[in-house]
Amino acid sequence: MADETTPVAVAPAPTPAPAKPAEKAKVVAPAYRDYPNIPALKIDSMADSNPYVAAAVHNESVGFPGTLVEGWEQKAVAKMGELLGKYRSLRVYMDACVHCGACTDKCHYFIGTGDPKNMPVARQDLMRSVYRRYYTLPGKLFPKLVGARDMTKDVLDDWFRYYNQCSECRRCSVFCPYGIDTAEVTMAAKEIMHSVGLGHKYVNEIIGKVHKIGNNLGLPGPALENTLEGLEEDVLEDTGAAVKYPLDQKGAEVLLVTPSADFFAEPHVDSLIGYGKVFHAAGISWTLSSKASEAGNFGMFIGNYEQMKKIAMRVREAALELGVKRIVVGECGHAWRVAYAFWNTLTGIGAGADDPFAIQLQKQLDPNYKQPSHICEVTWDLIQAGRLKFNKEANDHRIITFHDSCNVARGSRMGDYAGGQFDIPRNIIRAVANHYVDMSEATTREKTFCCGGGGGLLTDELLDLRVKGALPRMEALNRIVQDNGVNFMATICAICKAQFTKVLPYYGFKMSMVGGVHQLVSTAIVLDNEQ
Amino acid sequence: MNLLFAILFYAATVILVGGIAYRIYEYLGTPAPLKIPTTPAPTTTGGVAFRMFREVVFFESLFKSNLWIWALGWLFHVGLALVLLRHLRYFTEPVNFIIAFIQPFGMYAGFAMAAGLAGLWARRFLVERIRYISTPSDHLMLALLLGIAVTGLLMKFVMHTDIVAVKAFFLGLMVFEINPLPAHPGLYLHLGMVVLLMIVFPVSKLLHAPGVFFSPTRNQVDNPRETRHLAPWAAKFEAKN
Repeated sequence: MADETTPVAVAPAPTPAPAKPAEKAKVVAPAYRDYPNIPALKIDSMADSNPYVAAAVHNESVGFPGTLVEGWEQKAVAKMGELLGKYRSLRVYMDACVHCGACTDKCHYFIGTGDPKNMPVARQDLMRSVYRRYYTLPGKLFPKLVGARDMTKDVLDDWFRYYNQCSECRRCSVFCPYGIDTAEVTMAAKEIMHSVGLGHKYVNEIIGKVHKIGNNLGLPGPALENTLEGLEEDVLEDTGAAVKYPLDQKGAEVLLVTPSADFFAEPHVDSLIGYGKVFHAAGISWTLSSKASEAGNFGMFIGNYEQMKKIAMRVREAALELGVKRIVVGECGHAWRVAYAFWNTLTGIGAGADDPFAIQLQKQLDPNYKQPSHICEVTWDLIQAGRLKFNKEANDHRIITFHDSCNVARGSRMGDYAGGQFDIPRNIIRAVANHYVDMSEATTREKTFCCGGGGGLLTDELLDLRVKGALPRMEALNRIVQDNGVNFMATICAICKAQFTKVLPYYGFKMSMVGGVHQLVSTAIVLDNEQ
Repeated sequence: MNLLFAILFYAATVILVGGIAYRIYEYLGTPAPLKIPTTPAPTTTGGVAFRMFREVVFFESLFKSNLWIWALGWLFHVGLALVLLRHLRYFTEPVNFIIAFIQPFGMYAGFAMAAGLAGLWARRFLVERIRYISTPSDHLMLALLLGIAVTGLLMKFVMHTDIVAVKAFFLGLMVFEINPLPAHPGLYLHLGMVVLLMIVFPVSKLLHAPGVFFSPTRNQVDNPRETRHLAPWAAKFEAKN
């Protein structure tokens, strides 16, 4: 499997047959730490972790130079200057760090690998050292003194290695006294690398597919239609209810935009089934769109504003064409961050605009609802309004915990108050199931650990990194598996689901242990035609 | 010596004030094109002000992060703040009653400051991770601050200088008169290091002081669905649609 977003087999075998035995053989999960101590430094232990470089065709399809350009050193430095003028975050974060060390033990990749360059401050310093050399007086006069470096091939190689070992999860920014967000630095580094022709194959390939076909998986319209018809048959057979999974239905009230993994991959599809049942039970007309058949937006991962906007614009266009009143986003972490925090800026999906571009859409959308809404907000509102009924016992075979996905936890919100993004999914789980246990509070809510596969790293050549990066989450999970018999970890992110499905077996867990919140809703919801 | 220090202090003041003003102008002029508060974040401006207050006064995030760094860092900064306030008495006549009130605390705050700095410096040697990230300038900065604290404490408690004359020197500088400075090696060292600190401030990591107020992850209101946030350079893309 070259592409991780392809459907994940539900086979019980822990690991798929290795394509390159020599390379795969060394992927081993690190041992649990008895006590969450800080690992000793293992210098350069991840220096071999190299993602595949994008081929010219993939770079060019996204509008970047095909290969490393002539004079890239100067061009990279110039690009950095351009970004310093466009992003206050980068501008301030390059100056403000005092090397206090508060972030050094906060990154899951550092905890899992011990490679010091995976400490957030060291990762930032890969760029800060170059910034100091070209954009500060002391760095120009006394480079050694302030740790400034020329932009050389060695530096660029380090960037490509280690900025592709950051999942942009922002855990470090929670703990930094100045709020320095390594994700902003990583995104800027990726933007610079792309601008000189050094792209990551996995991400650029996917962005190409979104533009060409409409979604990350590259599912064309007819295949999508087939899949949805199949789902309708399955649900009818299971429940006796004629739940619809409509595509491109003009005049529907709700446009649901969901990660394309929901159409195909396990366990993602079980949540898609759940969304449909919720709309069915509440009597809300809804539709999916073949044009916007992808909520994910990998433009964010490479820090490219234009790409992010272009990808998000598909949703605006689909909403205008279909004439919907509400836009709802399915279970996907980074997609929800882009939707919640950026869509209003990028596409005018939101409220409070005073420009014609945004007003055109905002006039069409129903102001009684938050635009966009998360599917969990929709379901929780319906539960509170008494419009959904559940048979909680149907989930009694599960003892459930919830993994907060990083982009939802630290980059977005749900509901009306700060922290609603933590409570609403848990409220839903408690409303549809009887057995719920939280993981250690040092690993949940805004302190949650990334699954290890976010930020465009969900690709096979980075499997070793992904397995190691999952360590802190697996430790916390293991504890409640031992203490409370937890056998299901719910999450609301397509990447988390795909990543855990892959790495759980390395830690001795069943891959079926992970699933969506709406998978649980789906199990317990009572539909009219039932009983 | 009097003239030299007078020139140095004038120059350092210009560099410090001008440099920081320029940095703030730069930070202000650089747009934050996207809403990126680290959530959960306040949903109102008042909430953001309160979050910033907690960050700046109590180092809230650092407290959540690492108690050792928090304790040492806070000790140093609070000590420094009191010491600076106490030093206002050398620039004002008559001395404000608040400054007079702080005087006894300010004297001992110097020890807190030095202890905090010593602890932070020790971490740079003792903790492997922090040793790894430390650059020579990180060490020099701590040495400089500790040098200022120690020479100050020495003059206060061990080898006194003619503090009345020092005050006359600075009051004079403020009206462009040069009065004699006591010939005291400790004083020369102390003032020399202060001048150096003022000069490097706008080109060093000391910029974290103004920087924290401009950090988008901390100073943005979490209301992206309610208001449309658009940077000027990003608005240009809209013309094409």
